[in-house]
Amino acid sequence: MSLLTLRSFCVTLRNRPILNDISLEVERGELVGLIGPNGAGKTTLLRAALGLVPSSGQSSLAELAPRERARAAAFLPQAREIAWPIAVEDVVALGRTPHAPGPDDGSAVQAALQRTGLVDLRRRAATRLSGGEQARVLIARALAQEAPLLLADEPAAGLDPSHAISTMKVFRGLAGEGHGLVVTLHDLGLAARHCTRLVALKDGSIVADGSPTDVLTPARMRAIFGVTAFHGEANGGPVFQPLDVTRD
Amino acid sequence: MSRVTAALAGLVILLFLVSLSIGPAGIGPLTSLNALLVGSDGPLALVMREIRLPRALLAVLVGGGLGLSGAALQGYLRNPLAEPGLIGVSATAAFGAVLALQTGLAAAYALALPAFALAFAAAGVVLVLLLAGPRGGSVTLILAGIAVSSLAGALTALVLNLSPNPFAANEIVFWMMGSLADRSMRHVWLAAPFIAAGALPLLLARRGLDALTLGEDAAEAMGIRLGRLRLALVVGVAGIVGAATAVAGTIGFVGLVVPHVLRPLTGARPSRLLPASALGGAALVLAADIAVRVVLPGEDLKLGVVTALIGAPVFLRLILRTRAEGAP
Repeated sequence: MSLLTLRSFCVTLRNRPILNDISLEVERGELVGLIGPNGAGKTTLLRAALGLVPSSGQSSLAELAPRERARAAAFLPQAREIAWPIAVEDVVALGRTPHAPGPDDGSAVQAALQRTGLVDLRRRAATRLSGGEQARVLIARALAQEAPLLLADEPAAGLDPSHAISTMKVFRGLAGEGHGLVVTLHDLGLAARHCTRLVALKDGSIVADGSPTDVLTPARMRAIFGVTAFHGEANGGPVFQPLDVTRD
Repeated sequence: MSRVTAALAGLVILLFLVSLSIGPAGIGPLTSLNALLVGSDGPLALVMREIRLPRALLAVLVGGGLGLSGAALQGYLRNPLAEPGLIGVSATAAFGAVLALQTGLAAAYALALPAFALAFAAAGVVLVLLLAGPRGGSVTLILAGIAVSSLAGALTALVLNLSPNPFAANEIVFWMMGSLADRSMRHVWLAAPFIAAGALPLLLARRGLDALTLGEDAAEAMGIRLGRLRLALVVGVAGIVGAATAVAGTIGFVGLVVPHVLRPLTGARPSRLLPASALGGAALVLAADIAVRVVLPGEDLKLGVVTALIGAPVFLRLILRTRAEGAP
């Protein structure tokens, strides 16, 4: 059974269509990269699929009751907000909100801290950490939710190369364990190398859906992003680097 | 119960006993407490039960309520500058009380003033909820609160402006400074149910407030119903602030400063800050009400003036500390 099903899914905000007739299924074991230019509707797609934005059509998540939905899918918003100087482990423990208080809370928090390399920082106030460390704390929070599906909005933005790659590897590892993930990405190099599948969004519609190699073709890159790109192989994986702008 | 909560509870009990032992009658603490508990119907037992006990109880209720609602609002708005007056209910309650004073009803019926204040507080909260709409975020709530506050403040000023009688105006101004002097057990019975009924939804909202630390989207995605949370918050704060204003007038700074001071001691988590702030608020108002009677016994110093005098420097110190930490 798929983790997320969208059918004839549309979102209209202030009489402006944002998403048109989206159909998408996400299965266990998939790390889906959601790519597309700014304003294509990537963030809205994630929020509306969760039911945070009014929509029409079918979303298997938005149909659920809030607490059930929170057990089915974790969401990592793009805005990295931590309002109070709470200890890292307490922030991560907030991910247990839909379960808690439960017997697995402690082990889930511990596992999330280990996966993101935050064990040594667990007692520090999260607001006093660097931006990259805060991003990892919030990823750990989403992991601690232990939902089969993870929707992450720009999780790699603002991370240094080593942490961006580590994050993608954590996600890939989760996919290997049978989770499903939908991750919006602007870094097409990360998308090419780590995702199992790419979905390209432009002007509110899905324009490509398939393996990274199938989606990142020169013709599609020109049509979707207006760029030329280098696409090759290195160290056992694809390498993708946008090179130049083809239009103004 | 954490060590901080236990220490604060001890402080509240201590200050409560001190508050009971202080008064113009000048009776020793043991004698007065003995009279309160086991005294017969003598004058001392009467003083203790009808004058000092309601005063101390109201200090706990009002202070605890203000501390709790301040912590809850700061948690909901994720802003350390939020205070219970923000949603406009204290201003509408004050306007109701001013009307009762101005029309002379307060002089004719002892409970007309708090009853008017409560009725106007209820009207204020309905107005705020209508203005903020069913699905609005925290910003619309703040805007609605400011609009209702300004309207009630303008109407209060209008009443003062048109007041034909300088004594009535004087009385209104002094009432608005806030006080617990000369309150009876009837005031306690009037305020207690509203404050208790308001505290319940706030304490039940603790999980949601914790989750809101990560923003509205994250909290909602973790299963928190934001619309319900906001309703619980507005109704809870309104019940507490309306009742507190009705029996004590406007007592500022408690709901602002107490959560601020206690936040670092409770790991900054709203769920732990809420009960601690309730105890801290009770302790602060008890202490201020003791100071009112001890510092200038003959002068009828107003409680709200003292809390503001205590609160403003504490707040200044916090601003300087926040600035030193390099916050934006």
